[in-house]
Amino acid sequence: MSDTTADLLRETATRLFQEHCEAPQLRAAEREFPAAAWAAVEEAGLHRALVPEEAGGYGVKVTDALSLLRVAGEHALPLPLAETMLASWLLAGAGLPIPDGPLTVAPVATGEALTLTRKDGAWHLGGATSRVPWGRNAVAAAVLAAHEGVPHVALLPASAWTIAEGENLAREPRDTLSFDAAPEAVEPAASGIGPAQLRAVGAAMRSLQMAGALARITAVSVQYAQDRVQFGRPIGKFQAVQQNLAVLAGQTAAASAAADMAAEAVAEGVRLLPIAAAKARAGEAAGQGAAIAHQVHGAIGFTYEHSLHFSTKRLLSWRDEFGNEAEWNLLVGRHMAKAGADRLWAEITAA
Amino acid sequence: MNAFAFAPPPPSPAAEALRDEVRDFLKTELAGRTPLQKAESWNGHDPEFSRKMGARGWIGMTWPKKYGGHERTALERYVVLEEMLAAGAPVSAHWIADRQSGPLLLRVGTEEQRQSILPRIAAGECFFCIGMSEPDSGSDLASTRTRATPVQGGFLVNGTKLWTSLAHLSHYMILFCRTGDGKEDKHAGVSQFLVDLKNTSGLSIRPVNAQSGEHHFNEVVFSDAFLPETAVIGKLGDGWNQVTSELALERSGPERFLSSFAVLVELLRVLGRDPSERAAIAVGRLSSHILTLRRLSRSVAGMLQEGANPALEAAMVKDLGALLEQEIPEVARLLSPVEPSVSSDSDFAAVMAYVMLHAPSFSLRGGTREILRGIIARGLGLR
Repeated sequence: MSDTTADLLRETATRLFQEHCEAPQLRAAEREFPAAAWAAVEEAGLHRALVPEEAGGYGVKVTDALSLLRVAGEHALPLPLAETMLASWLLAGAGLPIPDGPLTVAPVATGEALTLTRKDGAWHLGGATSRVPWGRNAVAAAVLAAHEGVPHVALLPASAWTIAEGENLAREPRDTLSFDAAPEAVEPAASGIGPAQLRAVGAAMRSLQMAGALARITAVSVQYAQDRVQFGRPIGKFQAVQQNLAVLAGQTAAASAAADMAAEAVAEGVRLLPIAAAKARAGEAAGQGAAIAHQVHGAIGFTYEHSLHFSTKRLLSWRDEFGNEAEWNLLVGRHMAKAGADRLWAEITAA
Repeated sequence: MNAFAFAPPPPSPAAEALRDEVRDFLKTELAGRTPLQKAESWNGHDPEFSRKMGARGWIGMTWPKKYGGHERTALERYVVLEEMLAAGAPVSAHWIADRQSGPLLLRVGTEEQRQSILPRIAAGECFFCIGMSEPDSGSDLASTRTRATPVQGGFLVNGTKLWTSLAHLSHYMILFCRTGDGKEDKHAGVSQFLVDLKNTSGLSIRPVNAQSGEHHFNEVVFSDAFLPETAVIGKLGDGWNQVTSELALERSGPERFLSSFAVLVELLRVLGRDPSERAAIAVGRLSSHILTLRRLSRSVAGMLQEGANPALEAAMVKDLGALLEQEIPEVARLLSPVEPSVSSDSDFAAVMAYVMLHAPSFSLRGGTREILRGIIARGLGLR
């Protein structure tokens, strides 16, 4: 697939998201799943961008597929695009069929695991798992669970679980799913793919989403500073405000670079070290950036009616999903310590 | 849509091959260097080392061969720079010449200036300093007062330059001074001159020691110092355009985030292979920052290679870099208690002392933080 096709994909996504992510629609999405928007995403095939060509995808480069999530983050897309891409990637890797409709993955919360057993040839999945993104809206879930120490992917329809609803700060569904069911299908996960890799791809996706959201809040904050007049001039003329916006831009740039690093690391076989550094850096940028955006916007940006919160609440939620900064920096730090002082630089250049 | 964009750094297999070459060279050349010496980073002055680098073709790397350069790419040059800095190589003697003085002559110098000077810089035998700041002109460079007055055959220069790093060890200075009559706006009527420090009478160099007690900076006083016509660099009166393009280019290099890298190395050494969770998280965080900054920095190098002028992006990298450089010793001291002392037997204590004494300068030199943020704000459309 050529570069221009990837650009076309991003343009399609941008147009689609622009159409479906205006403030009234984002407000409505907090109460009700935006089915029309999802239908448009499916029609455009965006949700299948991470499926390899041999499994029915359309041959987009992994980095280009993931770049759609930056655009999604920029528009605060209230849909399980990342989750469906992640589920389809997991299913395709295991040679399992990929259902139509919104999908999700489990487990996602730190340290949780489901129990996969086999008796007389029949598989069974048991246990409960929390913070599953868009659980209540998914038609099926791709579950990663170990059987006799080997990671397996199980496909389960929505009828196979019961739900206790939950949400993140942005009121995106984060549900607890309880299983006591026979999966539709089970296969060993693709070689090299286990819980750590699933977590890492999720983290990479959130990094991209955060980079997009930061780009959005930087743009709107700069615009706001040019529009809002106090003391006879736009507040963007005050040096204190300019310096703050410069810092925000810097954090956005850092998150963008981190997101690129993460996307490439996924494409190169889910390399954990650069993804860890990226999620940590993007998460740190998210917190700092959201705070500055609110500071620049003053009181109006703090209201529900203003749309800044659709982005900032997502930033503050996504930085804690698929591992926070401490979790991922621990991985990086242990890696560097194990390599030792004299190999620190070599590790950095090889990351 | 944002006003800035960091394109992914282009892959460069040639640069990676070069990396191994440079590492082998450094392993031999820096074998006896102590951690404290390495902490000097690009402050370390060693003409012999510069000559060796020149002999390897690692100075003037991107310049045309006809001027003694090697016509290699910006990313290959980047690899050499970052390997030198990470290893704590003593590169300061040729640093300015390679980074900006040579490129200025390449851009606007006369053929004679290029032929006579560039090959010597590339050989690691000709060192430059920057004559920009004055006692009353720091960030406000355009307020420069040093003046070159036309006389028979040249100019007489009067004024004082301050903060001139390594003037006492350099062969030439690129002098930025006023030549106009002062009636136009302050950005007009300024020019650049090539000052032969060894062969110009009427100039005196006095040390200005840093708080560490070290002598890097100088005050250079011009008192009816004569410069020949041939000393003019570029176009008389066009100094502002010439100098701003010089400034913008080099804000994003690896020297902008590796100044305190030695602290992280020595910290890791004292923490050992199995540090506490708290220490590992802190080290990991600093490493995550370095990885991200390196990517941003290499991205800018790639954009420069493509012929772009990413002044906004470069300012952002410098701003982020200085924050990290200053933060590293502050984080390190809480992970392994230490009383910093340059004369300590502990490498960590000595390196911490060195870096702490220099840390305030990281956000002052080469683009003061507040000014950089003003540049970024301008790039965002706010000014």
